[in-house]
Amino acid sequence: MPLKRTTERQHPLWQLTLMRFRIFMREPAAVFWTYGFPLALALVLGVAFRNRPPEPVQVAVQQTPEAAEAFIILSNNPSVLVRSLPAREAHEALRDGKVSLVVIPGHPRTYEFDPTRPESRMARALVDDALQRAEGRTDPTPVQNQLMTEPGSRYIDFLIPGILGFNFMSSGLWGVGFVIVEMRVRKLIKRMTATPMARTHFLLSFVLVRGFFLLGELPLLLAFAHWVFAVPIRGSLLLILALSVLGSLMFAGIGLLLGSRAQNTHTVGGLVNAVSLPMLMCSGVFFSAARFPELVQPIIRALPLTALIESVRLVMLDGAGPLAVLRQICIMVLWGVVSFLIALRIFRWQ
Amino acid sequence: MSPEQMENAPAIRCRSLVKDYGTLRAVDGLDLEVRAGECFGLLGPNGAGKTTTVEILEGLLPATSGQVELLGQTWQTGAARLRQRLGISLQETNLADKLTVEETLRLFRSFYEAGPDIEQLLELVSLTDKRKSWYVKLSGGQKQRLAVACALAGDPQIVFMDEPTTGLDPQSRRQLWTLIEMFKSEGRTVLLTTHYMDEAQRLCDRVAIVDKGKVIAQGTPRDLIQSLGGTEVVELTCDSPMDPGPVSSLPGVHAAKANGNNLTLTLEQLHKTLPLLLEQVRQAGRTMTALSTHHATLEDVFVSLTGRHLRD
Repeated sequence: MPLKRTTERQHPLWQLTLMRFRIFMREPAAVFWTYGFPLALALVLGVAFRNRPPEPVQVAVQQTPEAAEAFIILSNNPSVLVRSLPAREAHEALRDGKVSLVVIPGHPRTYEFDPTRPESRMARALVDDALQRAEGRTDPTPVQNQLMTEPGSRYIDFLIPGILGFNFMSSGLWGVGFVIVEMRVRKLIKRMTATPMARTHFLLSFVLVRGFFLLGELPLLLAFAHWVFAVPIRGSLLLILALSVLGSLMFAGIGLLLGSRAQNTHTVGGLVNAVSLPMLMCSGVFFSAARFPELVQPIIRALPLTALIESVRLVMLDGAGPLAVLRQICIMVLWGVVSFLIALRIFRWQ
Repeated sequence: MSPEQMENAPAIRCRSLVKDYGTLRAVDGLDLEVRAGECFGLLGPNGAGKTTTVEILEGLLPATSGQVELLGQTWQTGAARLRQRLGISLQETNLADKLTVEETLRLFRSFYEAGPDIEQLLELVSLTDKRKSWYVKLSGGQKQRLAVACALAGDPQIVFMDEPTTGLDPQSRRQLWTLIEMFKSEGRTVLLTTHYMDEAQRLCDRVAIVDKGKVIAQGTPRDLIQSLGGTEVVELTCDSPMDPGPVSSLPGVHAAKANGNNLTLTLEQLHKTLPLLLEQVRQAGRTMTALSTHHATLEDVFVSLTGRHLRD
């Protein structure tokens, strides 16, 4: 039975992308790390660092004949948690950090505290203010307080763009770099290069499928952050999407580069860790990158992950427009294009 | 080169092929010419350079020196056209574990401009029932048949098969043989490497025996076996070494070789020579501890050329 030839076929780039998509969706662990893990991380950190009312300061009033009045005044102040102790025990409680301040009533009144402990200095100011007012002091200028606890300035608001960037980085580096080396080890790449398959199609399929998965990751994390923690999205959603696509493609390109030569999965695993761990520390995922010394700031700002997180943060929290994040966009384009081109040149096909 | 010239050129030709890996010379001045439409076997022990040779011919490895032409084209100038016309089954093909048979074929089919549709390919390798199964769930024979179907996805003129039946059970091997016989009947050129003699004898129109990176004999399996002089092989083992001299002068004996207590003879007519041989052993005062006979095979050709067995 001779074979009947037909020229009907699907586009190879489509088939390659479809292959990547299917393989990913059939790997439950990969799906969890891409979709479930960032949500779990946001939930845990969001709950752990949620805004709580300020804790009352712990204060001891030393038992002296005049102590009763001071004790009652402080007991009625919600910002102070007060206990009455004999002299020796009060001193020990201060030394052990159980209280921040010891009040020794009398004339003059004595405050015993450790000036190097911020909470002690705060207790000193708070207690003195409370006692002086109760004793009749008046303020020359009336004051009022404006409290800043609205969404947009809390830790969780800061954290969500960080997790987003971190997630795009790990999916890109592991999902592209590691998977390519796995295919090389199994000689699947060799088998495919023995066909007329275009090599750029093969490499592009990895990048494309990353862009595709992002369309699931991004809305999921944003919706979660919005509904669970009321994280605001002040800038354009479209711009956030564009930045995420760019960031994802950039990390797919870097992943491609990391996987371009390695002959076993240990090597590529080490490479991915060597690249991603420093960025996890320095690029402002969990705390602001601005805390590092001025000297290293230019380097930190040029890192791919910093550019991605900074730009998403600016758009999400400050409502920045495209021009305000132009520098970050240029950095990401540069990283992505250069990595992809180098990968294409040095890729080990056999 | 016109299409007609391409058809008339030898399917595969290589001259003075050399491949070095550092100081190791894996292929050492190898010449081959495979005619269009024939099934050609590269035969040899593991490490003889068969796979290296085939991968150079397939354009997957660069040669250190030498010329390679397929269908009148070289890899330097005709790679894109050649890729469309070759079908390749590598020594170990691991396809993606979690793609189904059908998905894998659709992927490979998409790489070729023209070829059979998926239904034909499935039917051809008897995997229609397994079309929805993941690759990882297939048996060894089914995996190998899928690898063959992938090789056929572009309706190739030349099919390369590197050790297609290694590690398969006898039934799966026979199924693959039937497939290979079918490509031959369709006029495709097949280049096969194997270290199974029965496989080469059954499938190949011509074989080249390769050892240490060189072709040491070439011809039809029949001619090669006849070059031994006899078509029967007798192997006997005695309690102590025996001089092959007197034995080789027995009527009908073409060659006799001693190796320790073993004696190997090739001869023409077993029923006439065997009684005389036994008589000789008795007269020499030896006691036989083992005796076996078989029809000569390509294995015996290899042994007579190199003094070693193929699967040592």
